[in-house]
Parts: sequence; C-alpha cells; structure tokens
Amino acid sequence: METNQETIFQDKVDHEIKIEPKDWMPEKYRQTLIRQISQHAHSEIVGMLPEGNWITRAPSLRRKAILIAKVQDEAGHGLYLYSAAETLGISRDEMYDQLHTGKAKYSSIFNYPTLTWADIGAIGWLVDGAAILNQIPLCRTSFGPYARAMVRVCKEESFHQRQGFELLLTLSQGTDAQKQMCQDAINRWWWPSIMMFGPNDDASPHTAQSMKWKIKRFTNDELRQKFIDMIAEQVKVLNMRLPDADLKWNEERKHYDFGKINWEEFWQVVGGNGPCNKQRLDARKKAWADGAWVREAATAYAEKKASLNPSKGGTSETV
Amino acid sequence: MILLRKFYYGDYGESKLGSSSDNETSSSPSGAGGEWPLWEVFIRSKQGLDHKHAGSLHAVDAAMAIENARDVYTRRMEGVSIWVVESKHIHASNPDDAGALYDPANDKAYRHPTFYNLPDAVKHM
Repeated sequence: METNQETIFQDKVDHEIKIEPKDWMPEKYRQTLIRQISQHAHSEIVGMLPEGNWITRAPSLRRKAILIAKVQDEAGHGLYLYSAAETLGISRDEMYDQLHTGKAKYSSIFNYPTLTWADIGAIGWLVDGAAILNQIPLCRTSFGPYARAMVRVCKEESFHQRQGFELLLTLSQGTDAQKQMCQDAINRWWWPSIMMFGPNDDASPHTAQSMKWKIKRFTNDELRQKFIDMIAEQVKVLNMRLPDADLKWNEERKHYDFGKINWEEFWQVVGGNGPCNKQRLDARKKAWADGAWVREAATAYAEKKASLNPSKGGTSETV
Repeated sequence: MILLRKFYYGDYGESKLGSSSDNETSSSPSGAGGEWPLWEVFIRSKQGLDHKHAGSLHAVDAAMAIENARDVYTRRMEGVSIWVVESKHIHASNPDDAGALYDPANDKAYRHPTFYNLPDAVKHM
C-alpha cells in the first residue's frame, strides 16, 4: 500500500503535477517542506529587523517611503509563507515557538548589522539579489501552496533589488565620503551574501532526494556561480569593486572564478555566534511577548461582540 | 530510511547548532490561550471577474480578516473586493475520490463542440 502510494506520488512529481495539501505525500517530504518553508518565513520576518533599523533615519521622505514599503513587503512574504506551511499541518504558534527557542533557523545573513545607510542599498542589491535567484526556481517547486506563495513573493521582490541598486548608484555618484560609504557596505556584505546559497554541493551529500522530489531544482553552487557572474558585471556600473582579489573572468569556463569562502565564519554565524544573533532573537521574542495583551484583548473583544450579536457573528457586509 | 541533509536557503537543518543554548521550550507558546482562527481570502482583481482564492491569514473576526487581507494581499492594486471565510467552514472534495469523480468526463468527448464534423458550407455555427 505504502509503496503504491509512493509510486503514484513520485509519478505526479515526475509529470510536473503539483502536490496539494490533502494529497498523500511521504512523511519525509512533509517534514522537509515544513522545515524549509517555515525557515524561509522566519527569514522574511527576522529580515525586517536590520532594515527597520534605518527607517527613522532615512535621508529623505522618498527613501523613507520606499524603505517602509519594502519592510512591509517582507512582513507580507513571511505571512504568505507561514500560511503555506500551515497547510502541511503545523500551527503558526508552533512555528513561532521553534523560532523563539532556536530550534528553527533563519537565514544567517540577517545576523549581520546595518552600520550605515549604504547597508540598506547593499541589502537590496546583494541580499535580495541572492534571494531572488533562490526564489525563482521555487516558483516551480512541487508543493502547490509553496509555489503559489513564491510567485507572489518574486513579483514583489524585484522592486527590492532595484531600489537597492539605485540607492548605491546615487551614493556612487556623490561625494568622496558617500563613495567610500558605498564601497564599505559592499565590502562587508559581499561574502555573507554569497554564503547565503549555503554550503558547497560536496558538503551536502543528499541532494538527490530533494531533486527527485523537485523541491529544489538547482544546487547551491550552481546558483552561487550564477549570482557571482551577475554581480561581477553590475558592480562595474557602480564603479565599485568586489572585495575578492581572486575574482576574474575565466574564458574557458565562461564564468567568473572567485576566492575561497570562509566556511568557518558561516558555521559560526549559523551556530549563534554572529554579530547580531542574540539581538535578533531577543527582538523577536520581545515583540511576541509585548504583543500578548493585544492578542488577548482582540480575542476577548471578538467573543464579546459575537455574544452580544450572535446572529451577525461579527460579519460586516453581505456579498 | 533516507536521511535528508540537503541545505536550503535559510535552512541549516535541525542540528544542535541552535542559537539559543538554553532549551526553554514552553508548552504554551502563545501565552494567550490559543491562536486566532484561520481565514481564507478571496480577491476580485477587477470588476467583472470572479473572486479567486489568494491565501489565508489569522484574525479574530471577519472585520479584522478583511482589514488584514487588504494589507497582506492587495498592496499593489491586486483587488477591488475581498471575501473572507473562516477556513473551518470550507468543505472540500476528497482527493482520493478524484478518479471516480472526474475521470468519467474523459470519455465524453461528445460534450464538446469539436466532436461534430460539419460540412464547410455551414456558416456561423
């Protein structure tokens, strides 16, 4: 029976038929998705923190409006993804709990601080740029709700990257101090950005299963190379440089060669020892705790309203 | 058993590398006695079109669900009208019945206009 179900499941995946929440699926597929989608959602939510840091200090009303819109988008992306994960049978509160207790991870990139205004540009250009490369193939991932959420995310994400590049472009054409600030931000964000694609392929020996399930369609190294090729060209428009002495075009490979990645740093940050891990997690826990009275009050209000007017049940208009 | 250790974007597995060293798992994560109900959101993208499922969200009542849906699902003029319905009120067909329910339509090609061959001389049909 089990084998039969599994064959049907794999057959659907092979034929690019999406898997929907109520369909039979291998338990390991469900667990893998819950983990991946919830951690992706956590990344969107925690990702608001480094940027939120600059909202009050944005240099103009235009930049402030853009940044607020972007941060609001990140919240939206987190919500799309939490909803998608919930269709697999995990509750929202369980996911929050996993984040707050450190059981679930979020993208390590958000454990780096945003020291200057230029960092907001670097995040848009590099961090969102890397995220987009990861997310585009996920629009075709085998689980329907995840794929649909990613389509919405990708539509919105491209403004994020463009505003970041535009911000840096403006700085790159400014005073010497502004140019320097721009280069400094690129220097600090470059290596963490290319680490976002995760460990090298040979450090992750079980790619086959996820590829077979079509959860993932490209390997970490494939996507990383694509990103580096893209950014190495774009940086020329900024008249800036990437902080990698080994970065150069390889005519034979038709790709850029690049220097050695410091995986020790990567695992340190994943392990909780990045510059801002504690600060980020504390901020999330505090927000959750501070919001408790709002959640309680809203529930009490809804209950009271429903009991006063049971026929309407709190509903507003008819269709 | 297959052991999955592939790393994804934002996904570093569930190793003991947790960033909080203490294991303070609270049994009641919300601390507020349960989650807000789940609602399904349907959006009409423009006048004349059907409402279409957009996603879901949590809210205490319908009014809040509509307000939240507006912020979450229509930030870029995606809609001109929103329906929300509490998820528990949705009844769905069982995927296991899909074969019995929908396959019979497969061999009824005569329900489609292209099934009928008519002479070219017949116009406007």
